[in-house]
Formats: sequence, C-alpha cells, structure tokens
Amino acid sequence: MTFFFEVLIGGLLSGVLYALVALGFVLIFKASGVFNFAQGAMVFFAALTFVGFTEVLPGWTGLEEGGSAVFWLAFVLALGAMIVLGIATEKVVLRPLVNQPPITLFMATIGLTFLVEGIAQGLWGAAVRGLSLGIEDEPVMWILDRFEMIISKFDVIAAAVALVLFVLLAALFQYTKVGRALRAVADDHQAALSVGIPLKHIWAIVWGVAGFVALVAGLIWGARNGVQFALTFTALKALPVLILGGFTSVPGAILGGLIIGASEKLGEVYIGPYMGGGIDSWFPYMLALLFLLVRPEGLFGEKHIDRV
Amino acid sequence: MQFKKSLMLGAAVAGLAVTGYAAAAEQYIGLPTYRVGAYAAGGTGLFGGWIDYMTMVNERDGGVNGLKLVWEECETEYNNARGVECYERMKKGGTTGNTVFQPLSTGITYSVLDRVANDKIPLVTMGYGRTDAADGRVFPWVFPLITTYWSQSTAKIKFIGMKEGGMDKLKGKKIVNIYHDSAYGKETIPVLDAQAKQYGFEVIHIAVAHPGNEQQSQWLRVRQEKPDWVILRGWGVMNPTAIRTAARTGFPRDKIVGVWWSGSEEDVIPAGDGAKGYIAAGFNVAGTDFPVIKEIQKYVYAKNMGNMEDKSRVGSVLYNRGVVHGIVTLEAIRTAQTKFGTGKALTGEQVRWGFENLNITDERLKELGASGFLPPLATSCMNHEGSGKVKFQQWDGAKWKVITDWIDSDQALVRPMIEESAAKYAAEKGITPRDCSKEM
Amino acid sequence: MFYREAGQFKASYREDQQIFPIRQDRIGIVAAIVFFFLVVPLIANQYWLQAILTPVLIFSLAALGLNILTGYAGQLSLGSAAFMAVGAFGTYNFMLRMDGIPFLVALVLGGLCAAVVGILFGLPSLRIKGFYLAVATLAAQFFIVWVLVKFGWFSNHSTSGVITAQHVEILGYTFDSPLSKYLLTLAVVVVFALLAKNMVRSATGRKWMAVRDMDVAAEVIGIRLMGTKLQAFAISSFYCGVAGALYAYMYLGTVEPEGFNLDLSFKILFMIIIGGVGSILGSFIGAAFIVLLPVFLNVAMHTSLGEFIPANIAANLELIIFGGMIVFFLIVEPHGLARLWQIAKEKLRIWPFPH
Repeated sequence: MTFFFEVLIGGLLSGVLYALVALGFVLIFKASGVFNFAQGAMVFFAALTFVGFTEVLPGWTGLEEGGSAVFWLAFVLALGAMIVLGIATEKVVLRPLVNQPPITLFMATIGLTFLVEGIAQGLWGAAVRGLSLGIEDEPVMWILDRFEMIISKFDVIAAAVALVLFVLLAALFQYTKVGRALRAVADDHQAALSVGIPLKHIWAIVWGVAGFVALVAGLIWGARNGVQFALTFTALKALPVLILGGFTSVPGAILGGLIIGASEKLGEVYIGPYMGGGIDSWFPYMLALLFLLVRPEGLFGEKHIDRV
Repeated sequence: MQFKKSLMLGAAVAGLAVTGYAAAAEQYIGLPTYRVGAYAAGGTGLFGGWIDYMTMVNERDGGVNGLKLVWEECETEYNNARGVECYERMKKGGTTGNTVFQPLSTGITYSVLDRVANDKIPLVTMGYGRTDAADGRVFPWVFPLITTYWSQSTAKIKFIGMKEGGMDKLKGKKIVNIYHDSAYGKETIPVLDAQAKQYGFEVIHIAVAHPGNEQQSQWLRVRQEKPDWVILRGWGVMNPTAIRTAARTGFPRDKIVGVWWSGSEEDVIPAGDGAKGYIAAGFNVAGTDFPVIKEIQKYVYAKNMGNMEDKSRVGSVLYNRGVVHGIVTLEAIRTAQTKFGTGKALTGEQVRWGFENLNITDERLKELGASGFLPPLATSCMNHEGSGKVKFQQWDGAKWKVITDWIDSDQALVRPMIEESAAKYAAEKGITPRDCSKEM
Repeated sequence: MFYREAGQFKASYREDQQIFPIRQDRIGIVAAIVFFFLVVPLIANQYWLQAILTPVLIFSLAALGLNILTGYAGQLSLGSAAFMAVGAFGTYNFMLRMDGIPFLVALVLGGLCAAVVGILFGLPSLRIKGFYLAVATLAAQFFIVWVLVKFGWFSNHSTSGVITAQHVEILGYTFDSPLSKYLLTLAVVVVFALLAKNMVRSATGRKWMAVRDMDVAAEVIGIRLMGTKLQAFAISSFYCGVAGALYAYMYLGTVEPEGFNLDLSFKILFMIIIGGVGSILGSFIGAAFIVLLPVFLNVAMHTSLGEFIPANIAANLELIIFGGMIVFFLIVEPHGLARLWQIAKEKLRIWPFPH
C-alpha cells in the first residue's frame, strides 16, 4: 500500500509540472484562439536563454559566478527576452493572420517553432547544460522516516511554485482590470473591441505572460532534465492534460495535470508490466480520449453549441 | 504547373550542387552532419572531433601519405529522408564520388542500407546500426566497427562479474535492464536473456517510452525489485533523467552501468551531483591527455581552425568518439593505399577493401598517439566488427575516469547469434553470402 | 486569353460532368503525365530520381490522404505517419507470409489494413472536434508505433526491430533501378490522384465538404455523419497506408517503426497547409515545397555563406529561414500555394484586358 501511495503522490507532483506546461497553451488559446504549438520551443528557448545569461553575465559584469545576483539578473533578462519574443510574435506573425482559420494560425506557430529553435541553438550553441536551482533532489526525510515513502523534495517545491503561479494567475484573471479585459477578449474578440478594449495590447500581455510561464516551466524542467533540446518534448506531456482539462480552462489544466500525472504512473506500474511496459507514451492520450468520448468538451471546457 | 515550379527550383539546386573540385589527388568524404534539432549536441561533438582530426592530418602531414582530405557537410537533422537526400547528393561528390558514409544515426543507416551495395560506398556504423552486419559475408558493404550492441552487452556482464568477484558469483544476482522503448533499446534483450540463463542471474527488463523525460514509475519499480545492478540502455534526455531519478529513489549510481550512448558528458552533467559514481561503457575514452588530442590542439586550435565553437568540449566523450571515427577512417584509407597505391584518390570500392583489411595494432595506436584511446582493431571478410572491446568509465562529478582496461566481449555467445540473424536477413532478401575463402 | 473557357460547349450531361471540364486542364494534365512518364526519365539523373522525385511523389500521396480527411472532410489528424507505418508493415507481412503474392495486391492489402485501423481511430471523431480531435489522434500515433515496436511478430522477429523490403517483382520484371522505382511510384500516385480527384467531385466528396462546413447542417439535410466521417478516415488512411508502403519499398528499403514518428506526421500536415487545404494540386505542391526547401536552403547555404560562417550557425540559420518562409507564405497566402495557381489561372483568363 505504501508503494501505491508513493507512486500516486509522485504522479500527482509530476502532474502539477505537466499542468505548468499546459498552462502556457491555455493562456494563449483562451485569449487569442491560437493553439500555440511553439509553446514547447518557448520553454526550451526560455531555459536556454536563462542558462546562457548565467554563463556570460559573470564575464560581462564581474558578478560572482553562481551567485544570486547573477541568477536574478539572468532571470530578468530571460524574462525580457520572452516578452520581446511574445510581442514580436504578436506583431509579425499573428496580427497579419487575424481572422484566418484556426488551422492556419496553428501552422504559423509551427513555423514559429522552427524559428525559435533555430534562434535558441544558433545563439547559445547546442551543448547540453546542467541547471541547478539550489534545491536538492533528494527524498523528503521525515516522509521517508515515517511512511517509508520516497517523495522528492525538488518535486514538492517545484509543485508548490507552480501552484503559487496558478493562484497568482487566477487572481490576475479574476480581480484586475487587465484580467477582466482578458476574459472579455477570451469570450468574444469583436465584442471586446467594440467596448474599447485594445486587442493588440491584450494579446501582447497574454504572450508576455505565456513567456513568463514558459520561463518558469523551463527552469523547473531544465533543472530536472538538463537544459537541452528535449525540453521541447515537455509539450507532448502537456497535450493530454489539455484535452482532458479543456483548452480554455486554467483549473482544468491543474486538475487534468493531476489526473494525467497520477494515472500515467499508476498505469505504468500496475498495467504496464502486463503489456511489456513503456506504455506511458500513449496511455495518457488513450485515457484522455476515452474521457472525451464521455465528455467531449473536457473537464471544464466551454460547452460548444452548434447553431445551424 | 506545380512540377514545373519544383523543377525550376530543382534546376537551381542542381546548378548549385555541382561545384568544381580540383583534379589533384584529394580524397572526398561526405559528412551527413546534424547540427540542429534534438540531437544537435551529439552531432556537433561527434562531427566536430572527426573534422578536427582530418584537419590536423591535412595540416601536419599534408594528408594521408600526401593524399589530401576534402569533405563536405550535409545537414540531415537526424531525419531519415534528409539523410537519404544527403547520401544521394554526396554520392557523386569529388572526383571519385563519396568514399565512405557514416551517418551516426541508426535510422539513416537503415535507410541507406540497400543503396550502398549498388553505389559501392562502404557504410561504416561505429557503435550503432545493425548488429548482424558484423557478418561480412552477408553485408559486404556495412562495417559496424569496433563493437556492436551485443558485444558490449556481454562485456557489461563481464564487468559486473568482475566487480562481483568472478562470473560464478553472478548466480542468483538480479539485474534490471532499463531500456529505451525502441528498436535500438530492445536490441540487447535476447543477449541478456541468453546470458542470464548461462550464468544463472535474473534479468528484469523495464521499458522507458520515448523521450523518457519522466521516469518516476520505472525507478520506483526498480526500488521494489531491489536489483544488484542496473543496466541503462538510454538515449538522449532519457539518460540524465534516469540517473537523476535513480539518485532520488536512492539507488546507488555506482551500480548503474550505461551503454556508450548513455556515457557522455551530455548525459551526466544535467543530472548534477546525482551522477557521481555512475559507470558507462565506451569504445573510446574521454580526456585530452592523449598525444592525438594534443596534436589537434597544436595544429588545429592553435591556428584557430577548429570546428568546435565551444573549445571546452574538446576531449569530451563524444568529441573523442568523433576523433576515433577520423582515425579509423583514415587508417582504412592508409590500408587501402598499401594495395592500390598512393598518390591518387581512392574509390569507394578501394576504401571498402581498406575497411575490410584493417589491422590497427597496439604499436600502430602508439604511433597514432592513441594508445588506450580506442581498442586495437582487426577486421576480415568474416568479421566486420574487428574488436568488441570496451572500457568502463566512471563519472567523478567533473570528468570521466577510466576504471578498467579493455574488456573483451563474449564472442562465443554473440557470433552465432549474429550469423543466425544475418542468415535470416539473407534469406529474406535473397542474398547469397560471399565465400570468404575466395576473398583476398 | 490563354485560359478561356469560351467556346467550350457542354452538349450532354456526360460532358458536363467529366473530371476535367475545361479543355486546357485536360491538355495540361495529359501533358504533365506525359512529361513525368516520358521526359523526366530522359533528363533526370539518379540523384533527382532517387532523392527528390520519388520521395516527393510518395509524400504527395500521403498528403493527399491527409487532405481528404482534413481538407475535404474537415477532421484534423496528427496521426498520418502511424497510418503510413500500418501500410508499410502490413504490406511487408503480406509479402512475407503469403507466398507469391503480387506486390500491387500486397500494397492494396497493406492500404486496407491502414484503412481498418483508421476507422478504429476515427471513431472518436463522432464526438470530438477540432484541436481536441487532433490531439486525440496523437493517441493513434503513439499507440501504433508502440505496438509495432513491442510485438516482434510485425517485424518477423527481426533482432533489430526493422523490416526490410523484399524485392518487388511485377510480371517477372524486378523493380530495383531508381528509374523503375520512380516509374512505379509515379504510376501508383497518378492512379490514386485521379481517383481522389474523381472522388472529391462526386457525391462522396460533396458529403465530406458538407460535413466539413457544418456537420449539424449536413446531418439535417440527411447526410449520415457516422458513415461519412468514418469513410473519410478509411479512405484517408488507405492513401496514407499505400504511401507508407511505397515509402518502405520504393524509397528507403529498410525501415524501423520509429521512422514513422510524430515529426513525419507534422511534416505531412505542413505539406497540406502550405500547399493548400482542400486541394488535390495543393498536396503535390506542398510535398514538393516541404521536401525541396530544406535541401535548397542547405545547398544555397553551402555555396554562399558556408565558407565564412561556422557550420553550426549556418545550420541554424537554415532552420530559421525555413520557419520564416513558412510564416511568410502563410501571411502572403493563407490558403496555400495552390491558391496562387488559382489566381494565376484567373489572370490568364482575362489577360491582357484585366477589366
């Protein structure tokens, strides 16, 4: 039984981290109706830019290598890069494509993926980097002592950071003026425009926020897996979360993440051995698929009514 | 119509592709590199080392016995279709056409496998590709040189046996094989099973789905099984994730033995301190303390002609593996020159003969400045593998440390399996194996 | 002036309903077919046949398959490569396990396997739409590749997990030269392209388009959604399956299941979006564009800047330009390159008096 809970809790913690990546998709889809395929590339770009800055900053400024000053300066610079990237995307790629069918916008973000990947590796090189956030990846001792369960300290802290981020974003959406404008845009672009909400600014903000989320996701996943091209694959973990939770729902992303994370792990441990293992490539997708058959709009997705 | 359009574009491509090469004796080598995409870290290191070695030989000796080396890069992005295009594009390069093709990608290897025999270009796959191609009778044009996955798998068991204090001590032990869930990852399962039976240990196979950036469940299973050793057959991001997750679940890293695609700096650095003590096999070693690397630094980097942007990667495992590719390829050219003469460019067919009659002895390695850098190598018509030896290295947190001498593989076990598999391929394809006694 | 329909009278329903109602189109198609069957073999060298034309044709067929599903029936799919894999492995197993089966029969049977699998994974489309469906088709992508890797039976227990295409023999002639492979591929692709062209203008195609434009409305006018959608999935997967088999037999020779990965699925999706969603011609243009552009960039980079900038930068620059070009073409012509051809036809019709 201990083992079951160990797997379950580990899965839930990973699930929060999947949700973190999914959140970037949700933000952009909600506000602009774009399925942003480049989200994975943005996670990679953000993490690589951060690590790149931590490498070059000591040389430029004479700050102590590995110090917290370098960390925060690099964080700010990487965030700036992400915001610039977001605004440039909005201006150069999306604005000329307003009112095009969703698939065209989707395709444009795939083109963007190549661009971002090329820029990232062209600027900072292809080498694989380690990234330490100063959090030990070791079992939480008192859980190990008391319940004999191994729960990673890193995952607990990372999940906590992600949850704080979720709460902050939810508050931003719910209680601020910008948030209201965001929700208005999400509901209906034209109606929002007609009451005087500047669509362009809103989109730029959303892409900026998505860049911020990508940076946080990039740092956490980068610390887990190393800062390398494979960070773009985190998007593949986020996609089943998205269909399960709905493309437009932030709580859906969290709950979807928890469900996917837990069931993926439990599936691999308890069903996997009977099927030869390695099923976690498709298991979350199948699960999400089966769920959608029952509830096509996902957990919290908006119910879509077709009018003829 | 669309085809006219594509044809016009094509004409432009073709026009650009035909670039003149000087008629002087130059040995043309086509390099299907990958410098972008998911495997760019590997590609830049491997091809960087290889190119640097060739530059060094050109600079220091003016080529191989005066035969200058020229090469051309073609970006494959590690993609099969792009790889085939590169192969076809470079086929007619230089004065003789491409003379050796080493894609450094299993997928591209398979994609050109059928083509090389027709085009008479040797396909060299060092440490990857088709294991059964070691049977040179069925695969005259394919060279999985130095060691194959099967050979190294037996060498790993030998290493584990050594650590346990003798092969008989393996009885009753438990080994978990964590593998990348792909054709590549599954390849050693039959060998491990056969050895488990032979030595009486238990082996449990646990698959990790691609890309393997999340392995909590697999390692919790490892923890439950409580194995004595773990064999890691990983690829890409799966490696650091595995090592890190092992650290997190408390499995001792010095009981994990990785394949060479799990044993580069790129695989351990992201895992941080958790990687300390981790062991991996390799048919080349890391480090810059070899005369051959020193020569590269002297003749190439001192003159600012190096291929690596990040000079700190010179001497890394993958870079040195690229140098091994350079050494072996050039030795094959040298061998071919003993039969076909120096002073003119060799054809693919002639270079193939060179690969088939390689004999890189310890003395020769010493001359090359590569003693202990790669194992001695001797190929024949029957045996396209030539060595099967690997060394084991341990990560001390900052660099790889060699902890064994060359460990031999169990050819008595592997060879019949290779021959059986090759015979099956021959039957499927309708190939009549060569008679090696008639080969010269 | 060059493309006038004036004076072409349709005197019977038969004439009105022919596959290419405009004479210039008929001439163009015949000319193109003649060109590719007779002229190209004379002028193209091995490189062009083996490395460019054959893959472009095969990818065109796969793109055509996806275009039927996405462009005509409006169901977004990201699993095309998996259906190609089913076709390739299916054909391989028919060739292997049934002695003396003709290649073309095995090819069609392989395609049918893909069609069956396609129907299975098409079932969710009855309830799920848009990007939800697209992500759901990823289940097919990962599951099929997993099955092909996991169960050795599919690759005849090959230790390397790969399948090796057998020799292809039709009526005693062995197809092993690049030219013969090109011609066989071309023949198959032409037949299937004409079939597709015929299909999309028939009742079948009109049903698909009705479902694409609004499925509730289509249902109201009496189109059975389930049958229509599944039919689109089946036919689309069949095309992809045949393309996959050609990919294995006419192009690569030896393939591993991982060769049919998600990247390939995306590539085929690029082809139809760049070429033109809902356009047969667009599938060909898109395939040619996506196959040729990176090659062209690579060659151009080597002959221009390659000497002066480090190889790593050059390679990344190619990728950046490739991505930039995709975005550029989408902005310039969101309906795909096929639309440019349409516009050109309009221009030709009224030239030289545009008003």
